[in-house]
Amino acid sequence: MLSLYLFVITLNLSCAQDFENKVITPENVPFMAELFIDELQIPWGFAFLPDSSVLITEKSGELIHFSNGKKLIIGNTPEVYQRGQGGLLDVKLHPNYGENGWLYLSYTSEEGDAKGGNTAIMRAKLKDNALVENQLLYKAGPNTTKGQHFGSRITFDREGYLYFSVGDRGARDDNPQDVTRDCGKIYRLMDDGSVPKDNPFVGKDGAKTAIYSYGHRNPQGLITHPGTGEIWDHEHGPRGGDEINIIKKGANFGWPLITYGINYSGTRITEKKEMEGMEQPLHYWVPSIAPSGMAFVTSNKYTDWKGSLLVGSLAFQYLERLVMDGTKVISREKLMEGEGRVRDVREGPDGLIYVAIEGKGIYKLVPKND
Amino acid sequence: MKILIPIYLIAVVFSSVFLFQDSELKESMKRGREIYTDFCVTCHLQKGEGVAYTFPPLARSDYLMNEKRESIKAIKYGLQGEITVNGITYNSAMADLGLEDEEVADVMNYISNSWGNTSDSIVTEKEVASIQK
Ligand code: HEC
Repeated sequence: MLSLYLFVITLNLSCAQDFENKVITPENVPFMAELFIDELQIPWGFAFLPDSSVLITEKSGELIHFSNGKKLIIGNTPEVYQRGQGGLLDVKLHPNYGENGWLYLSYTSEEGDAKGGNTAIMRAKLKDNALVENQLLYKAGPNTTKGQHFGSRITFDREGYLYFSVGDRGARDDNPQDVTRDCGKIYRLMDDGSVPKDNPFVGKDGAKTAIYSYGHRNPQGLITHPGTGEIWDHEHGPRGGDEINIIKKGANFGWPLITYGINYSGTRITEKKEMEGMEQPLHYWVPSIAPSGMAFVTSNKYTDWKGSLLVGSLAFQYLERLVMDGTKVISREKLMEGEGRVRDVREGPDGLIYVAIEGKGIYKLVPKND
Repeated sequence: MKILIPIYLIAVVFSSVFLFQDSELKESMKRGREIYTDFCVTCHLQKGEGVAYTFPPLARSDYLMNEKRESIKAIKYGLQGEITVNGITYNSAMADLGLEDEEVADVMNYISNSWGNTSDSIVTEKEVASIQK
């Protein structure tokens, strides 16, 4: 009996995803997409302020405040290292923004001696259309002139810890598996940038103590599950093998020792899809959709969407809805096909879904049954 | 004989210039290939085939072959608006990639001489520097 039990467990473990669930295009959708903020280039992230106005990060470096139908450029924003996938990236409000006014930005910075740049996290307050009290909270190193994999999504958990991602910066054999180096990691800090005493690598020789989990490639989705409070990420794999993971303290997510993907050139990176001591993804996409932006639907605005996970696709240019049963993906839907590269998706304070598309702007999904 | 020596010398000088150019191109393409996998492959794909109606191809692209100056400008500063590549209209945008002039020259040399593309002149850093917005 015990051996049968073990056998079943092993089966379960070795099989992260029991079928290649196909993506379908639904005939009817419960919304009409309305262009809410137009003429944006690469709206990398956005956040709703308490007065329902919107802060938008443009990759080129501009922070835009959209209020009463008008766009204002916010002053005193950080100098960004404009290269490849780098720029001004995510924006996130402190959970108690209403009381303390802190907003958090991720961007690529040249700070430091070496040529090139790397991901930085800062916080500031908004006053008279400018940032004030700017504080640099974390700067990953070393700088490199590589143009890819900055990560950069930010989230807060229920206890108020700040999490953010930094991609492997194109050095997959040096960074992700080494906790004494930055990059290819998810980090956890206090909201003021200090390192929590119970972070997993505190006290480990030479380790970067801000690291919370490692073995990541390029996470451009990082959110807090509205029901469980867990941190979920999704990350770009190589060709094939984009993943959704539930982040665990001190865990190794395997890149580049295990992956479901292959090199862009078609050559193998590794034969291994799993290894002991490394986490399996909750879901993987083959072929890669190039995921960016991530949101759970918590409102009842769209018929049966509550509990679904929404993810943007850069490569195939659509919004994906993953119908979830707990941690299991039941089915996948293609929405807003052909509008452009979907960079970010969020649920607004009004319970509606907002979708940022490159070269277009931010769309509001207006419920059809409203 | 007297006449042969200068001819011989001219030939030597000529061919070495030729060989020099050739190896210069090879070196530049080698660097350009790295730039390509770092900055371009996610959209234009491994063999420059692109994605029809979304990301224009670079392999056998009439735009790249005929509009060298515009192509350099696109890689240097980004590109936005309507263009036609091999009969298909694209109206989207490629962001400024933040490359240095030498890197633009290298990646131009790589894409102009790969996947069936050929170019009879090498792109230099100086040429890239001279192209303004
Ligand atoms: C984020 C996606 C993306 C990346 C990365 C990218 N491009 Fe492009 N590229 C495009 C798009 C989209 C267009 C068409 C723009 C338009 O419609 O005006 C384009 C157009 C071009 C063109 C002119 C049209 C053609 O096909 O000949 C060239 C040349 C080019 N890109 C080269 C490059 C090179 C070299 C790199 C890397 C250094 C690069 N691109 C990186 C998306 C991208």
